[in-house]
Amino acid sequence: MIGPRIEQPQLREITEVISEAPGVKTLVIRHSTAYKPGQFFMIWLPGVGEKPFSLSHHFEGEVGITVKERGPFTHALFSLTPGSAIGLRGPYGNGFSVVERSRRACVVAGGIGIVPLAALIDRLQQPLVIYGARSQDLLIFRNRFPEVSFATDDGSEGFHGSAVEAFRSLLDPKATDVVYTCGPEPMMRQVFDICEAHHLPCQAALERYIKCGIGICGQCCCDGYLVCRDGPVFSSSLLRQLSDFGRSARLRDGRVTTIEDYASWRES
Amino acid sequence: MDLSIDLCGIKLPNPTILASGVLGVSRCSLARVASCGAGAVTTKSISLEPRSGHDNPCVVTYEAGMLNAMGYPNPGAEAAREEFAAVDQLPVPVIASAVGTEPEEFAAVAEILTALPFAATEIPVSCPHTPGFGLMGGHASTDAIRRITSLVRDKTKLPLFVKLPAGGPEVVDLAKAARDGGADGITAVNTIGPGMVINIEAARPVLGFKKGGVSGPALRPVAVRCVYDIYEAVDLPIIGVGGITTGRDAIEMMMAGARAVGIGSAVYYRGMDVFSEVCREIRTWMEDHGYESLTEIVGAAHQ
Ligand SMILES: Cc1cc2nc3c(=O)[nH]c(=O)nc-3n(C[C@H](O)[C@H](O)[C@H](O)COP(=O)(O)OP(=O)(O)OC[C@H]3O[C@@H](n4cnc5c(N)ncnc54)[C@H](O)[C@@H]3O)c2cc1C
Ligand SMILES: Cc1cc2nc3c(=O)[nH]c(=O)nc-3n(C[C@H](O)[C@H](O)[C@H](O)COP(=O)(O)O)c2cc1C
Ligand code: FES
Repeated sequence: MIGPRIEQPQLREITEVISEAPGVKTLVIRHSTAYKPGQFFMIWLPGVGEKPFSLSHHFEGEVGITVKERGPFTHALFSLTPGSAIGLRGPYGNGFSVVERSRRACVVAGGIGIVPLAALIDRLQQPLVIYGARSQDLLIFRNRFPEVSFATDDGSEGFHGSAVEAFRSLLDPKATDVVYTCGPEPMMRQVFDICEAHHLPCQAALERYIKCGIGICGQCCCDGYLVCRDGPVFSSSLLRQLSDFGRSARLRDGRVTTIEDYASWRES
Repeated sequence: MDLSIDLCGIKLPNPTILASGVLGVSRCSLARVASCGAGAVTTKSISLEPRSGHDNPCVVTYEAGMLNAMGYPNPGAEAAREEFAAVDQLPVPVIASAVGTEPEEFAAVAEILTALPFAATEIPVSCPHTPGFGLMGGHASTDAIRRITSLVRDKTKLPLFVKLPAGGPEVVDLAKAARDGGADGITAVNTIGPGMVINIEAARPVLGFKKGGVSGPALRPVAVRCVYDIYEAVDLPIIGVGGITTGRDAIEMMMAGARAVGIGSAVYYRGMDVFSEVCREIRTWMEDHGYESLTEIVGAAHQ
């Protein structure tokens, strides 16, 4: 327990690069690891930086990260090709908890929030999956899930409206015993509020600016909890206590800002 | 067994203090650490303007400890005013860490923070990896320490601790300079170095800033010796910091002369409960060895 532990990025080879949608790519990396869906890795590009990503795929000897291009770091990830080296350390955080259940699990994804949920869905039995995006061309992993209800803001595919609206109309509270969600935080907040109204347990994957990833620097705090260590997945009893949830988050320098200003990367 | 101590008139329920820069970004985080058993908590160092800090990776660990190159990320003194406004609602004393590049900036930040309900002020003159600050800002000389300390002294009535670098024999002169500038206590030590970890497959330093201050077990013997030397030379209470992970480590540091102990890296090794666990280990050890109060332990190694 007290002995030395070593957190250093390990260099691995990229074996495949898959274009998923405009501005979204999957990088397949040769790496063996234990992994719980919802956990994350710190991905290192020497000389560029290090940022958090969940796994979209977890196979024997190979893992996948699915990346939405945002700024300088993800732009650099997009320039990588099979054979390129990439550093990673982890997995960190708690991940979603999957328990044996009598009724159905429901999964609500918004935008690139589908990434950690995709690895979770692989491990659930016949979940109800609701997946929303701005428009049809931005939906990824279209053929991956046995059963999925799409929602698009522009109505180009499936339910015409947001993932929250689709969730509200498709949810059968009596047939459901847990709701997993990941997406823009205002969306997760609404999903959580609906769960509360129906007394349904909810697990939401939160996102905050990550620096150390190992619970030492305090940068990722959400109220008194650390997203990198106590999260990123929070369940109902904690979500109820988190005054920051759906409201505020900290910028890289620790200043507090509104969640709308902060968490826009999961949209579209 | 009662582990409470008096530190410059501040009452601490036990001698463990959260070291600056570890978790101390928000009031809520400090409250959580307090609930995990810390006897006092220190904020992340606050500068006048907001700072984003160095690029990631900013922390890396190795067999004997940890390197960090955070680069003093913090929201700045104005935002801190709001963040820490109600800091006296915490169950334990909260120490404000004020930092600057120029001596005047230290004083300006200390003045802003002094208006808040903090129990004490600490000024680090010793960070080894941030341009303009500490070792990279020329703050760790006797002249600079005397000047910074006396300017801050003029602006704060709170007990004032000067946080010194881990160094050679000159650390004694630095402690004397802090005393002459008007410090009420010494915090010893900050991270040592800076050091470097290179990923040999990538042939690159791991840290974004390439170099970082070394903390954790590797630092402990140096920190213990610094505290030992300062205790002999200066008659001020000392907060001993550096590599303390267990109750035994804390007792060793107190025997060297520390009245209280700062804990940073061990939050990573043992989680936030490290504070209550170290206290439990101190109590058990004292019972097993016939000690009845911490006053018998502080400075016991000086015979
Ligand atoms: C636990 C966790 C899991 C994540 N999983 C994925 C994933 O599977 N796929 C994916 O595409 N993205 C994921 N992200 C987000 C990803 O880390 C950011 O998109 C990426 O860091 C953007 O960096 P950039 O330099 O390209 O853009 P920038 O322009 O630097 O930043 C764009 C936005 O990304 C966010 N961001 C930037 N740096 C960080 C950081 N160090 N920590 C957290 N957020 C940051 C901020 O909201 C920022 O506004 C995850 C984030 C977290 C916290
Ligand atoms: C991640 C990290 C951030 C730190 N930030 C600060 C800081 O902002 N101000 C400061 O005075 N010391 C800072 N320190 C130094 C610690 O307060 C402490 O002096 C040092 O880590 C030695 O103690 P330890 O071995 O228990 O960690 C930091 C240390 C770490 C590991
Ligand atoms: S990112 Fe450092 S504590 Fe979470």
